[in-house]
Amino acid sequence: MALDAELLQIVGLSFLVAGTSTLIGSVIGIPLGAMIALKEFRGRDFVRTLAFTFYGFPPVLAGLLVFLLLSKEGPLGSLEWLFTPIGMVVAQVLIVTPIVTGITASAVMSVEKRLHETALALGADGRQWRATALHEARVGLLTAVMLGFGRAISEVGAVLIVGGNIRGYTRVLTTAIVLETSQAHYVEATVFGVVLFAVSFVVFAVLQRVQGRAFL
Amino acid sequence: MTTWRIAFLLALVLILAGLAVTLVANTGSTILLATTTSARDSGLLDVLLPEFSRDAGIGVRFVAVGTGLALDTARRGDADVVLVHAPAAELEFMSDHGLCRSRVMRNQYIVVGPATDPAGIRGLTNATVAFTRILSARATFISRGDNSGTHSMEKTIWSWVGYQPRAATDPWYREAGQGMGATLEIASQLGGYTLTDDGTFLVRRPSLSLEIDVTNDPPLQNVYSVIPVSPARHPGVNAPGALAFAKWIVGARGQGIIGNYTVGSERPFHPEGLDGC
Repeated sequence: MALDAELLQIVGLSFLVAGTSTLIGSVIGIPLGAMIALKEFRGRDFVRTLAFTFYGFPPVLAGLLVFLLLSKEGPLGSLEWLFTPIGMVVAQVLIVTPIVTGITASAVMSVEKRLHETALALGADGRQWRATALHEARVGLLTAVMLGFGRAISEVGAVLIVGGNIRGYTRVLTTAIVLETSQAHYVEATVFGVVLFAVSFVVFAVLQRVQGRAFL
Repeated sequence: MTTWRIAFLLALVLILAGLAVTLVANTGSTILLATTTSARDSGLLDVLLPEFSRDAGIGVRFVAVGTGLALDTARRGDADVVLVHAPAAELEFMSDHGLCRSRVMRNQYIVVGPATDPAGIRGLTNATVAFTRILSARATFISRGDNSGTHSMEKTIWSWVGYQPRAATDPWYREAGQGMGATLEIASQLGGYTLTDDGTFLVRRPSLSLEIDVTNDPPLQNVYSVIPVSPARHPGVNAPGALAFAKWIVGARGQGIIGNYTVGSERPFHPEGLDGC
């Protein structure tokens, strides 16, 4: 196995699935996390605890739930998303969203307290100080996105069940490692692992540069 | 907020790049084949399926799981056709989910174990006797434990012995819960016996410290069958594609490829196609 078309396709799909999941998870999770941190509402502590509990949500369980949902016998079977990349994204959104939500909530809360009084004293209205709080918490928000992506790209249980590890179609780096290991192709498995690590490193390096600029 | 715009654009570029790479791999008409890990791990499918796609112009995607799960995937209507090896489970499947069933090929189950052979079974041609000796020696035995075709054959042999070992009460009996390749690896590492199809064993043999103990036991035939999923029961399936595959694999082309498939110098599968469709 050289650096061939199949490897490129596997790397491409890995980032397509993890990237899309992280994007959707962030679009849902960041506003949700901010709301949890900034809005007073009944059951707020419960929702926060729930978000943190879902950190420990086993990806393989998310995979099982989405499998049952998308199977032809399941409620969304007519979509025909099982054993497709779209199904894999659905499962990973379930995994990523709580992480982004929880860390966003923590990041915004940590700036909210000291900011609240200052902002109000300077005459900010509610909308303005919320925008300020989000802006002040931007480093934490990027951390939330990075952790979400890290979880998605490294996860194997959900994509294996929902994607089926179909060659050239739903095989990603992690499921390729599982397959090669099960066939005692340890060299190939390790190569996939190194590729996964290397490409992740590039992504995180770029994100960290973005985060570094956010400190300014 | 420029940082956000950069991050967002970056994500978008990554996703579009991934999308481009993925779309290239997409084809027209495809069938989804649910099959067993032994068919995959032997390397046969990688030779067989591209030839079918070339002949018929139909792409094949396959998921390789245990026979039990493969049949269940089809039972849910999530696969178009199955290639499996568990006659009893197949007959049950045929009663309401299968369109037709064709015998495709055969290999055999063998008992393999460590070179030290603690149960003294090397050279036997009767797996029931071998299992009885493993039981009385309390020698380590690794079961697939995954409801696969091989697992059900193993349980059948234990029923001939008259004793059904349980992982909870028999410390020498361990359930891997994984595919054939992984189970062989565990048996090799732990110095245990296991039941395997000879095809997978031949492929994996160089990396294992396991020897063949029992072979050529007539009841230990491992027959693979192909079953297209019934379109009457599951209207969503690609019935023409599945039927074309079932016809092709038992025809001259499919059977020829199966018969000529070699691993090392061995031919792990004997073509025995019998068109039942």
